[in-house]
Amino acid sequence: MENNSQSVEDIKTIRKMMEESSRFLSLSGLSGIFAGVFAIAGALIAYFLILNNGSIHYDEYFRSLSEKETQVLRWQLIADALGVLVLSVIFALYFSFQKAKREGKIFWSPASKNLLTNILIPLITGGIFIIVLLIQNHIQLVVPGLLIFYGLALVNAGKFTYGEIFYLGILEIITGLVSAFFTGWGLIFWIFGFGILHIIYGLVMYRKYEA
Amino acid sequence: MKDLIANINKVFESRVRLGIMSILMVNAAYDFNSLKVTLNVTDGNLASHLKALEEKGMIRVNKQFVGRKPNTSYSATETGITDFQLHLKALENLINTQ
Repeated sequence: MENNSQSVEDIKTIRKMMEESSRFLSLSGLSGIFAGVFAIAGALIAYFLILNNGSIHYDEYFRSLSEKETQVLRWQLIADALGVLVLSVIFALYFSFQKAKREGKIFWSPASKNLLTNILIPLITGGIFIIVLLIQNHIQLVVPGLLIFYGLALVNAGKFTYGEIFYLGILEIITGLVSAFFTGWGLIFWIFGFGILHIIYGLVMYRKYEA
Repeated sequence: MKDLIANINKVFESRVRLGIMSILMVNAAYDFNSLKVTLNVTDGNLASHLKALEEKGMIRVNKQFVGRKPNTSYSATETGITDFQLHLKALENLINTQ
């Protein structure tokens, strides 16, 4: 019996080490919740302030982007989206850093480097592609593009952090593809994909691993 | 009973060595400092276990420079991978039969 319990302990150590060394497990669920809240706030700002209570229709108005009068609007929307991105990333890093510290783990580990590389490849590709869409006046495809490439990045991340993020990625991809069929509803899909899905994911992860 | 423990490898008996091998099974290479933090052991302790595994031909040491700083990383050798898998199998058998 002595031998048996020791072998069980050995196997546990092996499993734990394999997981901890290859996956970044300090990603906090709070990151997801905050990203979701920022995304919704960003959408509300876009709707009420930039698009003047929705009286300016997202899609139609942007058909002729080369015109000077739409340029201010365009930059305001881009700044709004970038603001959401920057705030989400800062808070994600902060909460994950805190979680790593609390659990006595290193933040900058081979696992987190792997995670970062695998997230950044689809994300940077997507980012450049979105810039192309903006330049080519395909504004109606910007939100679908953001959702799809972000989803792909998360699917990739599934191998290097909690596996659950894979499913969030799949849902983001589906949301992105559906939104590509319904142009003009970009804000709604943005709120669902970046807002609601993030908050649900964050809550689930927080309750499962941190609460 | 004898057959069951035939593959239990003495080299892997310490918990630290078990940890080192587990990490190197799922990562192509891992550096000294990251090993130290992940396993939560002291420099000296880790170094002596790494030395032992290296001498038995289970792991390989890669020394390189990152900028001006020397960086030592470790990888599992072919022998190390096979032997560790056998060891794992033996552990599982032990648990299943008892």
